[in-house]
Amino acid sequence: MTATLGARPAPGRGRARARHRLAVLGFMAPAIIGFVLFFGYPLVATVIFSFTKYDLINAPEFTGLDNYLFMFKDPLFTKAIQNTLWFVAVLTIARTVFALGVASVIARLKSGVGLIRTLCYLPSLAPPVAATLVFFMVLRPNGGPFATVLGWFGLDSPLWFSDPMWAKPGITAIMLWISGDLMIIILAAILDVPQEQYEAAELDGAGPIRRWWHVTLPTISPVLLFGIVNSVILALQLFTQAVVAGSAGSGSADSTGSTKYLGFPDNSTLTFPVYLYTQGFRYFDMGYAAAMATVLFIISFGVTIVLVQRMRKGSAAEEGGPGA
Amino acid sequence: MTATLAKPPLDVPAEPELPKKPRDVRGILNWVATHAIGLALGLMFATPVLFVFLTAVMSDDQAFTSNLWPTEWHWENFVEVFDKAPLFQYLFNSLTYSLLATAGMLLSSIPAAYALAKLRWRGRNVAFLLVIGAMMLPPQVVAVPLYDTWSSLGLTGTLLPLIAPYFLFDAFSIFLLRQFMLTIPQSYVDAARVDGCSEFQTLVRIIVPMAKPGIAATALFCFLFTWNDYFGPLLYTGEVKEQWTLSLALATFKGMHIVQWNSAMAVTFLTMIPAIILFIFAQKSFVKGITFTGVKG
Repeated sequence: MTATLGARPAPGRGRARARHRLAVLGFMAPAIIGFVLFFGYPLVATVIFSFTKYDLINAPEFTGLDNYLFMFKDPLFTKAIQNTLWFVAVLTIARTVFALGVASVIARLKSGVGLIRTLCYLPSLAPPVAATLVFFMVLRPNGGPFATVLGWFGLDSPLWFSDPMWAKPGITAIMLWISGDLMIIILAAILDVPQEQYEAAELDGAGPIRRWWHVTLPTISPVLLFGIVNSVILALQLFTQAVVAGSAGSGSADSTGSTKYLGFPDNSTLTFPVYLYTQGFRYFDMGYAAAMATVLFIISFGVTIVLVQRMRKGSAAEEGGPGA
Repeated sequence: MTATLAKPPLDVPAEPELPKKPRDVRGILNWVATHAIGLALGLMFATPVLFVFLTAVMSDDQAFTSNLWPTEWHWENFVEVFDKAPLFQYLFNSLTYSLLATAGMLLSSIPAAYALAKLRWRGRNVAFLLVIGAMMLPPQVVAVPLYDTWSSLGLTGTLLPLIAPYFLFDAFSIFLLRQFMLTIPQSYVDAARVDGCSEFQTLVRIIVPMAKPGIAATALFCFLFTWNDYFGPLLYTGEVKEQWTLSLALATFKGMHIVQWNSAMAVTFLTMIPAIILFIFAQKSFVKGITFTGVKG
């Protein structure tokens, strides 16, 4: 990383130094206030709320560890954890492998790169609500295009968002369709692999597949690790697609008031954030929601640490400059 | 720039190489196979949108059938959906949210990114780590106390709780702008200082003009993110229909306002158009950005 050398006021010149400090403070002031108001305070408050019973109307009432102990007795909490773990495992692997595969193909194209890259990337810009409805329409079992095409081959379509077995794979399909951003990042990394490394491998008699395995993959592995961490975070936060698929699947599609669709079918799309939202903002059990938020915070904090350490390692390696 | 972390996704002007002449039959077969797979992939990504479009122009009756191709083209479906739901109201709300948030983000994030990228001060690294931490935090973690506060201020049911934070702090934009500003050579900043520019003048006269492509890209991402946001509007305006954004309203169309598939898909298609238009715009602004700074760090 270049240009980390910043301007430093000449030592001993008190006035310039004070002015420099004032400038930094001025530039950072909105960010500092914003961070305290929208992250610092709510993080502390979440932990405090998590030890209380609070319904937004009556004053919070201290209940000790009750909210945390209740988690162990709450079957829906267990279900939500299982669902989110399912997505963390399946979505992370599927998304990284899929994005790597598509990027590897695009990297080998000689013509039409721009068009195909655009086609692969565009869906990731669509509103997640729209993307979910697109798949809901395309995959609908009665008369949907996917079912129709399967019908030509005499195959039956799964029930997708109406079947507890298939709802999560359906959401995974949506997430793969909108994984264009990761593809573009991996593609950039592949195109950055120095050409000489391929030529050296070719001289050693390595074919395209062995070159991909022995040259491309190891070189872009930091980016792949980023893709994995990024996908884990995405899976932990999975909310919109789950809510919209659940509501469209149940046929009630009512974003206000009703709670019956959340998690439809059979709580198979009840992810951790969806359950947190349900408890906090549908049942107004803010204390329990805050306890769940605390758990979610601890998990995402751990994931973030992994990412930050990787970044540090990455920039250290870059400065060492292994031929790149 | 090492940071592979959330590199702006458009960061690849993958220069199409000149088509090499395949050397032999195997080379030709290889070429054909690769391009067939590439084309199939492109089609795979495009097909769902194609089906959405084809369904949107079908007649009410045909949209219920398993026909893939419309027998008659009902272009008026795109107009009629505006009678079935107050789309202009939702569009106005979406634009209010996205435009004000983007404007606020530019005011608050550009100075912060400059301080993080180009000024040297104690605590800078810690501050940058906090920005990354905030960027990674699921929005649900801080939702309870924030909702509590906005509700006690009587401001839930409006878009203000969504817009206001952007005027102070937006972690992703600060991060992205900082990465862009790191690519501006320090010599420009030093030269400005030698010429007697204050930090503020350096920011306004040197950094902002040079970082324009990066600022444009960040603004586009911010606009798209708020345009696509579902959790925020659901949390704060879910009960107040007049305040719904397009994204939030779209989630209820299939059940509430509109029963027919053709109308639901017409609205779905309409909400995706801004993304498509902005993409064309963003691609240009980004390529410009790279040629302008000419530094890849």
